[in-house]
Amino acid sequence: MIKVLPRNIFRFVFLVLLQVMVLNNIQFSGYINPYMYVLFILLLPFETPKWLVLVLSFILGLSVDMFCDTLGIHASASVFMAFLRPFVLRAISPRDGFETGTYPRVSFYGVVWFLKYSLLLVFSHHLFLFVIEVFKFDNLHLILWRTALSTIFTVFLIIISQFVMFRK
Amino acid sequence: MRSLIDFIYKYHYFILFILLECLSVFLVIQYNNYQHSSFINSSNNVSGNVYNSLYGVTQYFELKAKNDELVNKLVSYHNQNKKAYKSNNVTLSELYDSIYIQQFEHVEANVINNSVNKQNNYLTLNRGLKHGVSKGMAVVSQYGVVGIVKDVSENYASVISILNQNLKISAMVKKNNYFGTLQWEGGSYQYTTLYDLPNHISLQKGDTIITSGYSAVFPKGELLGIVNKVQQRDGGEFLYVQVKFTEDFKKLTNVFVVKNLLKDEQIALERSSLND
Repeated sequence: MIKVLPRNIFRFVFLVLLQVMVLNNIQFSGYINPYMYVLFILLLPFETPKWLVLVLSFILGLSVDMFCDTLGIHASASVFMAFLRPFVLRAISPRDGFETGTYPRVSFYGVVWFLKYSLLLVFSHHLFLFVIEVFKFDNLHLILWRTALSTIFTVFLIIISQFVMFRK
Repeated sequence: MRSLIDFIYKYHYFILFILLECLSVFLVIQYNNYQHSSFINSSNNVSGNVYNSLYGVTQYFELKAKNDELVNKLVSYHNQNKKAYKSNNVTLSELYDSIYIQQFEHVEANVINNSVNKQNNYLTLNRGLKHGVSKGMAVVSQYGVVGIVKDVSENYASVISILNQNLKISAMVKKNNYFGTLQWEGGSYQYTTLYDLPNHISLQKGDTIITSGYSAVFPKGELLGIVNKVQQRDGGEFLYVQVKFTEDFKKLTNVFVVKNLLKDEQIALERSSLND
């Protein structure tokens, strides 16, 4: 339990820096951009109080916003995603619930579970993000297209990172 | 009151979500209305420092481009300098002798635009129709062939560089007169390839390659390059010859445009025999 806090602080800083220094410079064909910083929210322990997840996501989004000069956009999308997290977790929980002492990671619950988990949440985050970015609903199919492509890209990076960082 | 507290406690998660979401959306709208009025943007201390140190690294990647930019700027200042203005009178040296007829005329020109790093490079000269340059003329420099004039305007000429995959030049080995075709493969601007040389001839590194003069564009004997590598192709009849340019195209400045006065005659003759 004591190790959880510094690890998460480190992850927070690392992911924000990775996002603003590297990933924001990756833009395929103008609008496909991975937003991998949401991995922080995905990897928070199951036992984290729900309100804390919301607050942490808000701070996370705000930090990314600070670098992107898009004040509030990432924050609102992250908060939205954090809000959905408990519902998604409940919907895809194993039959006898999550065991104590485990974390939402590939190494505990398998690739398929993690893929489902990250796809649902990342898609909702990206959809919210792109909608609030244009702030109107015309050109909906462009928004969906951007969301779909960026989601695939982000989830791909997230899954890869799981295998790189948490090898057994 | 008690029921209100109960309500808030029961739905604290949802209420917090709504609050944070409202705050974010408020920030978005507020920020869009009064740009940069907030302190949370990329010019504050934290993000400013991060971007600054990032720039400290990434600027090295841009050094070359910056350098080129500076050189270009310098050139443009030089061009504004009084020394840059030349008289448009071009003197053509002509020989009057009944046993010689002049075949080639040279017009000096400066390269004002050049590239070596694309797959098909072009350059621009500061001579045009006004100075007697026309389409299809050869461009050579002191150290070798540069290209062929592609388009001319009143004052400028656009030249297909020898560093262009669409340009084929008839070339010859100086010591034994075997000829082949020189064509750039892309890649390094220092090397080109000589095709169609038969397998049996002796060719060593360091042999000189010159123009053959067959094409009616280039005079015979213009320098092209030095053989750098010779490879036998397995099962092929022709050698693979890598040629190193004698000209450094990165610092090309002064060139000559060569006009073949007898070109039309030669082409007309060749065409008539083709038609037979």
